[in-house]
Amino acid sequence: MPKRDLISIEDLSREQVELLLDTAESFLPVLERDIKKVPTLRGRTIVNLFWEASTRTSSSFDLAAKRLSADTIALKASGSAVEKGETLKDTAITLSAYGPDIIVMRHPSAGACQVLSRNTEASVINAGDGKHQHPTQCLLDLFALRQTFGRDLDGMKVSIVGDILHSRVARSDIMGFKLLGMDVTLVGPPTLIPRGIEEMGVKIEYDLANLGDADVIYLLRIQKERIKEGANFLPSLREYNRLYGMSRARLRPGQRVMHPGPINRGVEIGPDIADDDENLIALQVFSGLAVRMAILYRTIVGYTDAGSEEVL
Amino acid sequence: MERTWHKPLPVVDLLIRDGRVADPLSGIDAVHDVLVKRGKVAEVGKALAAPKGARVFEADGMLVLPGFVDLHTHLRTPGREDEEDIASGTMAAAAGGYVKVFAMANTDPVVDTAAALRGFADSARAEAVVPAGSYAAVTRGLKGEQLTEMAELAEAGAVAFSDDGRPLATASLVRRALQYAKVTGRTIAIHAQDDSLFKGGQMHEGPASARLGLGGIPSLCESLDVARALDIAAYEGAPLHVHHVSAAATLDVLGKAKARGLKVTAEVTPHHLALTDEAVASLDSDLKMNPPLREEADRLALVKALKSGLLDCVATDHAPHSPMSKDVPFEEAAFGTTGLETAFAVLYTYLVKKRSVDLGTLVTRMSQAPAAIAGVEPPAIRAGAVADLCVVDPRATWTVTPEGFRSRSVNSAFLGRQLTGRIVLTVAAGRLAWEADA
Repeated sequence: MPKRDLISIEDLSREQVELLLDTAESFLPVLERDIKKVPTLRGRTIVNLFWEASTRTSSSFDLAAKRLSADTIALKASGSAVEKGETLKDTAITLSAYGPDIIVMRHPSAGACQVLSRNTEASVINAGDGKHQHPTQCLLDLFALRQTFGRDLDGMKVSIVGDILHSRVARSDIMGFKLLGMDVTLVGPPTLIPRGIEEMGVKIEYDLANLGDADVIYLLRIQKERIKEGANFLPSLREYNRLYGMSRARLRPGQRVMHPGPINRGVEIGPDIADDDENLIALQVFSGLAVRMAILYRTIVGYTDAGSEEVL
Repeated sequence: MERTWHKPLPVVDLLIRDGRVADPLSGIDAVHDVLVKRGKVAEVGKALAAPKGARVFEADGMLVLPGFVDLHTHLRTPGREDEEDIASGTMAAAAGGYVKVFAMANTDPVVDTAAALRGFADSARAEAVVPAGSYAAVTRGLKGEQLTEMAELAEAGAVAFSDDGRPLATASLVRRALQYAKVTGRTIAIHAQDDSLFKGGQMHEGPASARLGLGGIPSLCESLDVARALDIAAYEGAPLHVHHVSAAATLDVLGKAKARGLKVTAEVTPHHLALTDEAVASLDSDLKMNPPLREEADRLALVKALKSGLLDCVATDHAPHSPMSKDVPFEEAAFGTTGLETAFAVLYTYLVKKRSVDLGTLVTRMSQAPAAIAGVEPPAIRAGAVADLCVVDPRATWTVTPEGFRSRSVNSAFLGRQLTGRIVLTVAAGRLAWEADA
């Protein structure tokens, strides 16, 4: 059987996404026990290879693997062979000597997962590659949405606000949200909305006042590099906040706010929203654990519906 | 003045029998025998007798074409002989039906002095199986600052001047180069690129780059720079050659310039005529090149312009790269694809077989038009001409594989694709340069 990689949301069908989300739900009881561990992946080896700083994704994958009793190895770019100039291909070959079942990788460059996958027998899970894809973030976002609004997301309206151009989360979310029948609008300054993205089947809006009947407002992090001299994506963070910063006053009742984190208080998100418990941000983090357990599990056992209950 | 150099291989005596000779320059498209004696075409006609000792090549069902001339090859020598050297690069050319190639000056060291150019000529005399010439740099070290000693370089045999790989960044530099070209009599060729729009670019800017999250290189990046250079060329009354046109927007400005009577010529690559940015979705780094593959509307406009002659010629931009530069994530990979060994088959498969361009036009654009731009004798299949020709089996289909190349590098954008049309024999400068295994 060919190995299963998860590099892009496009690698999954709607049925597979729904099965993953159902599987994640079936893991929830485990996370509520005193002893939060099942033997499902005992004896399996999972490598977490992070070439870029990450707190929540790497800790979430690490904990997910441990909850499933897999053995894990964590490698970071700093202090490793990477700093000594080893190429990705050579790192892949070296790590493969341990016979891992899965390599989870974050990398600053699009196309890194394909290079890794060509050079290892292990399944590759993309934990973020350049500005390309972050499929596990999309899946956990979908899970958080299901936990909040129920299983049927068809016809729901979501507005993704901010730096679409540089966001792998936005690209994965657009694909995943559309796959489950949601209506997606992108909101942000024209400098940060890539030319031609409307062909992904989204609407584009430059004015935050037009959030309209969105059920969910998905905020993206604004990075400080975007205002560097010569970049000119934004005149200032202050101006961004004035035009696109989200505050309670800009929301209609019932609209829920999501954010992949880490947040920039006072830039894309006001403290009134960051601190209230109406937002879904903490639920997203929690969902990450269950969803990544499901992804690791399905990557190894496959996407057939043979009841995950028995294995648990 | 010599503009190409090659190894002193023995000249051939050869009778090519019963091939379809298609030479637009000589006005022939019919089944004939072609007799080559001591490296020259002795006769084109019916039922010719093979002289004693002459090799006979049965070309029944095959095409006998004027050999191709490549105005844009990277031979990587000196400096990166691990990627290509003159022997491997000219062998690749021969295997692709080419009878002359012109190498770019962006080697290490750069071809920016007469001594460096004479070094190239010496290597070519020792190694080149098809005649090879060289561009010289417009600016020293391709740094875009000081002009090279262009008159001496022209005397040493530079075919033209180009900083290919780098644009001429300022209007005043373009102007000075074009002014000085009047002294040398050689054309200035430009790699058009507005660096401020190029910055961070990985592929064509459009729906595909938006979807993939790769930095976009807008069509404007090319068309603006071409428009500026054309205005300067018009002002100075100097000729200009534009490398690797990729965008429909560039064709608009080229068309206007030609209509005004400017002495401007332009080339287009086989990959821009055959592929689009949609292919980049695989994130296969062999599809990363500069200028980038653009959209279908651009591709169709390029094909139309090749047909009409707005684009004067095909040039490969053969850019060999080592696996260290290509077997890396797309965003970290070097720009460029090889092209010499696939050019004709790609264009035969994607354009001629699909009836977008007829064979005669393709031959003109690959052979005689580029020769005219280079200022060398156009290959022709007629009595008295030097034998510069190739024989093509138009029925042969083959799959492009890494094992199949004579080039030292395998970074072809066409790997895995099935092509029709195989070069079975190449005679360059009267010498047998290539013969395919039966």
